[in-house]
Amino acid sequence: MQQRATVLVAALCALACASLVLAGTVGSVPVSLSDLPAALLDALQGTGTTLASTLVDLRLTRALVAFVTGAALALAGVLMQALLRNPLADPYVLGISAGASVGALAALLFMCAAWMVDGAAFAGAAAISLLLYALARRDLGADGGATSLLLTGVILSSGCMALVTLMLSIAPEGRLRGMIFWMIGDLSGAPLRVLPWLALSAALLFAVRNARALNVIAMHGDGAAALGIHVGPLRKGLYCCSALLTASAVTTAGSIGFVGLIVPHACRFALGPDHRLLVPAATLAGGTFLVLADTLARTVAAPQQLPVGVVTALLGAPVFLFQLHQLRRP
Amino acid sequence: MISAIDLTLAVGGRVLLDKLNWQAEPGQSWYVIGRNGAGKSTLLRTLAGLSLPSAGHVALQGRTLDQWPLPALAQQRALLTQSRSDAFGYRVIETVLAARHPYCGTRYWEDGDDHRHCRAALQAMQVDGLAERDIRTLSGGERQRVAIAAVLAQDTPLILLDEPANALDLGHQVSVMRLLARLCREQGKTVMMIGHDVNLAQHAASHALLLMGDGRWTAGSVAEVLHAPLLSQYLGHPIEAIQHGNRQIFIPEGAFT
Repeated sequence: MQQRATVLVAALCALACASLVLAGTVGSVPVSLSDLPAALLDALQGTGTTLASTLVDLRLTRALVAFVTGAALALAGVLMQALLRNPLADPYVLGISAGASVGALAALLFMCAAWMVDGAAFAGAAAISLLLYALARRDLGADGGATSLLLTGVILSSGCMALVTLMLSIAPEGRLRGMIFWMIGDLSGAPLRVLPWLALSAALLFAVRNARALNVIAMHGDGAAALGIHVGPLRKGLYCCSALLTASAVTTAGSIGFVGLIVPHACRFALGPDHRLLVPAATLAGGTFLVLADTLARTVAAPQQLPVGVVTALLGAPVFLFQLHQLRRP
Repeated sequence: MISAIDLTLAVGGRVLLDKLNWQAEPGQSWYVIGRNGAGKSTLLRTLAGLSLPSAGHVALQGRTLDQWPLPALAQQRALLTQSRSDAFGYRVIETVLAARHPYCGTRYWEDGDDHRHCRAALQAMQVDGLAERDIRTLSGGERQRVAIAAVLAQDTPLILLDEPANALDLGHQVSVMRLLARLCREQGKTVMMIGHDVNLAQHAASHALLLMGDGRWTAGSVAEVLHAPLLSQYLGHPIEAIQHGNRQIFIPEGAFT
């Protein structure tokens, strides 16, 4: 078990690196693999003067943003599914992304600067997270039901979506396109920041340290207390981690769909539900998946760039259906 | 081993159990009998430390439950609950290994000792052949035996079981009861189980606790407590005792048609 996990995580790390290299070389102007090291060195030293180094710099920055966003969404999905004991949960189910949409769209509506849009998105996500926490504090405790937490989140989410629809309906034509693109989820022009990496590292550390307890809570729910687990604090920790991850991912790239649902599913399907392997594997796979999806979004209709949310949804829906079909087979 | 001092349980303002003063010693096996809603499961959860009593307290090894840290408590008592909902497709062996959680400390993976305990528990419940199966594909009886195996793997001096015979066929009911009796006899474990089969209780347990559901209770050895008039009173239905060889068999009075 240990050896299998080590080998698989190492393989996924290698795949993640390979996806980054691929993202750096592929595009409307290809960079050959042999030019890559020199261009990368140039770009890192900030002396990038060649075309190749500029391209690699641009592409790798974008690929790294894609990686951290995908990894955060996949990890948030795993944690949310364990928290709600529901394999159909995803990071957006509790309305945190809807809160971010309200913030971002309001900022776009009032023509704020780009950094203010990001700030408003994060503020919206944080506000909904705190509101939900306050409303559902009892459900996050030792003997709360996941159902009423889920229900509260779903209602908050639909409330936010109503505000989103309202803003879309009163927005002037000129701004509508930007607002729609924000909601689909797009990585073009998304800046590479430290905060998402910090959020990802903190949540990953929490999840790995509590991986065994996560298994017990996923199996037994409240009954996990009989095995010595402090269910209340663990639930609250899970909630805070997935809220932080979702907020940071949505702030970076808008609400990219399906990553937080299908990556945890695919990993569980292929590797089993043991969180000691699932947590690192889904994090790496989520990052890799979004890097590849974004590379596809840049290249498939080049020079036209598609929003990556379209690609993840187009890939995600059939993959998910196929998986469900496989599962139902005896 | 475990004792209740003035333990009072109430649900929604209704007193189920009033001032229970009771204790169980190592090697004893207790069978809890009462009608539906009499507070049997609530009592078991309270003794396990998962619910708080309305009044009084529970002491384990001389320390009240609130003085026990949860992980240490998990090495002292195991609890089999009645309901099982399996949201994820864990393998059977993984669910049993999870019962070793209290012993793993800061280790990331279980060690050889944990695996030995789990294999032995699966064998004892005759489900070792199912070890690699997805938990969601088991039949009700198989699932129940796997759950009991997990409780055994937790390897605690006190074992609390809420209707362990649920969904088990007759043969497995008897073998589970035999196994529990042997654990009490040979390893000095204390067992407390809930059940509705008074005939099984006579052979499986050394003591019985009867709950009325309105606060009244009666505790004592099987010989003292399990007789037709008292059972009729506590179960709310006339019960007749028939002598069969040297065994007494209880049957409900009255025809079904």
